[in-house]
Amino acid sequence: MTKVLMKGNEALGAAAIKAGCKYFFGYPITPQSELPEFMARELPKIGGVFLQAESEIAAINMVYGAAGAGERVLTSSSSLGIALKQEGISYIAGAELPCVIINISRGGPGLGNIQPSQSDYFMVTRGGGNGDYRHPAYAPATVQEAVDLTMEAFNVADYYRTPVIIQGDGMLGQMMEPVEFNEPKKRDLPPKDWATKGTGGKREPNIVTSLLLATQDLEDHNWKLDRKYKEIEKNEVMYEMYRMEDAEIVLVAYGTTSRIVKNAIETLREEGIKAGLIRPITIWPYPSKAFDEIPDSAKAILTVEMSTGQMLDDVKIANEGRLPVYFYGRTGGMVPTPDAVIAKAKEILGGVE
Amino acid sequence: MAVVFGRTKGLTEKQTHYCPGCTHGIIHRLVGEVLEELDILGKAIGVAPVGCSVFAYEYFNCDMHEAAHGRAPAVATGIKRVLPESVVFTYQGDGDLAAIGTAEIVHAAHRGEKITTIFVNNTIYGMTGGQMAPTTLIGQKATTAPEGRKEELAGKPIKMSELLATIDGAAFVERVSVHNVANIRKAKKAIKGAFETQLAGAGFSIVEVLSTCPTNWGLTPPRAMKWLEENMIPYYPLGNLRRPEGGK
Ligand SMILES: Cc1ncc(C[n+]2csc(CCOP(=O)(O)OP(=O)(O)O)c2C)c(N)n1
Ligand code: SF4
Repeated sequence: MTKVLMKGNEALGAAAIKAGCKYFFGYPITPQSELPEFMARELPKIGGVFLQAESEIAAINMVYGAAGAGERVLTSSSSLGIALKQEGISYIAGAELPCVIINISRGGPGLGNIQPSQSDYFMVTRGGGNGDYRHPAYAPATVQEAVDLTMEAFNVADYYRTPVIIQGDGMLGQMMEPVEFNEPKKRDLPPKDWATKGTGGKREPNIVTSLLLATQDLEDHNWKLDRKYKEIEKNEVMYEMYRMEDAEIVLVAYGTTSRIVKNAIETLREEGIKAGLIRPITIWPYPSKAFDEIPDSAKAILTVEMSTGQMLDDVKIANEGRLPVYFYGRTGGMVPTPDAVIAKAKEILGGVE
Repeated sequence: MAVVFGRTKGLTEKQTHYCPGCTHGIIHRLVGEVLEELDILGKAIGVAPVGCSVFAYEYFNCDMHEAAHGRAPAVATGIKRVLPESVVFTYQGDGDLAAIGTAEIVHAAHRGEKITTIFVNNTIYGMTGGQMAPTTLIGQKATTAPEGRKEELAGKPIKMSELLATIDGAAFVERVSVHNVANIRKAKKAIKGAFETQLAGAGFSIVEVLSTCPTNWGLTPPRAMKWLEENMIPYYPLGNLRRPEGGK
């Protein structure tokens, strides 16, 4: 297959369409507007529907309806818009419907700014809405990976009947890179016999709901969800180990930040410092097992994020106190430079030795 | 023996949980009868609200989807856009539609979404125990308006049908009541007209049904009917506000 040069936001839309998604509901927000704009151009051509909703709340509830009717459906937004969508995401998780949500995040809290940021980590990995639920969250580092993971996300959503988040940032959304569209790995997808498409007079009515008034019923439902999340944790964890074989210092970074960290690792290694990277590709389920594969040569862990330290919590949980954990972060749309990461790594190794 | 009155196929066998004398039951029956008579049960998808009618999904004998508080028109939009040949309706209370879900209902109407909304106005938040709604009448007591609704604090009660009738996408808008037999008949005609509007693809349709809440009004069911007639109808006049051109 030939590669085409595409902007991240548009490639995400193209990947969704390739995955068979014909429906998009969203509300404009920078830095992801090229994605709905792309869908507005492309979906009518294939008999699909692009609808600009009156708000992110309405958009996610339209997604809730469309997903209930059994179709592959997408919405996208940025940070504060994703915050508004949490109501619907919680209902969709509770009612066990599949859908894909793309977050091209920006600086916060509040209105923040429109620069790249990773400060939505808590929101997208902890189940940002109310109740006992989780959902897979993928953090692509390149436009190609964004394409691959978006196509995979629709399968994962259908397979487990769960909302799935693609977590990117403004840098990924705006960058142009060559991409190709490859079929994701085959999965045996269950029939959507639960969908509300009208009984056609041929079956009992289907009901989509997240309401379980009886306490025992809701407890049973929540444990059932929990078993599903355990399955996802068992089967769907994705991560990359980069130059880890002999690493003295283990850097941990995801998404676009991991690219900067890889640059820093190259320079560190040229200078004789053995640095490696654990790159979570799923940020939920978190690749804790990557931390069991850290070689004995490692003396410290350095987490690098575009936030004041959110993934840091997961790194500490996964590390289980084995190595000292350090943090370097920039926030508010400031991007870490390779030089700053290098300096921090040297400072740590100097200190540990 | 000939059956002169039976259960409509539009409703399930499930016994409703509504309080004795509550007119939610009458309105359910009218919607069920219309779905049956128009022979659209097989292609109908109903959207239940959050409010006393949250369990509407157990009562209507068709596919049902339970929405978040106020979001039923957005959920219905998602369903209808995916299944344009289906018949999609929402059933919503006045807290659901006229407070938390105001944006969703206004924009569903504004887009001319081909769905039908049954809007049950009982001037109060029934399910949560009788708090003030945007529709509560001036002077009417509610648990959060212990001395009665005051205009200077809460404004005047909102007239959703009049508001929605200003929107071009709203093809059918009518306010009815179910406090006596004559009005129940008119209500059914309006509900049928609303669904026919959807079937004709003419745009958004809504029927506002003035309804009682004997429990939270603190009145017996017959007195509640009378209170509705004497207090609600003067402020919320009955009648059609919009219908498709050439419509009956
Ligand atoms: C987001 C959210 N806020 C508040 C509630 C609590 N709540 C449940 S029903 C309701 C009001 C229902 O009143 P109405 O729509 O008038 O319907 P009725 O019960 O009178 O039929 C409220 C505020 C909720 N379920 N969800
Ligand atoms: S609380 Fe009021 S609206 Fe709710 S079921 Fe009882 S009477 Fe009807």
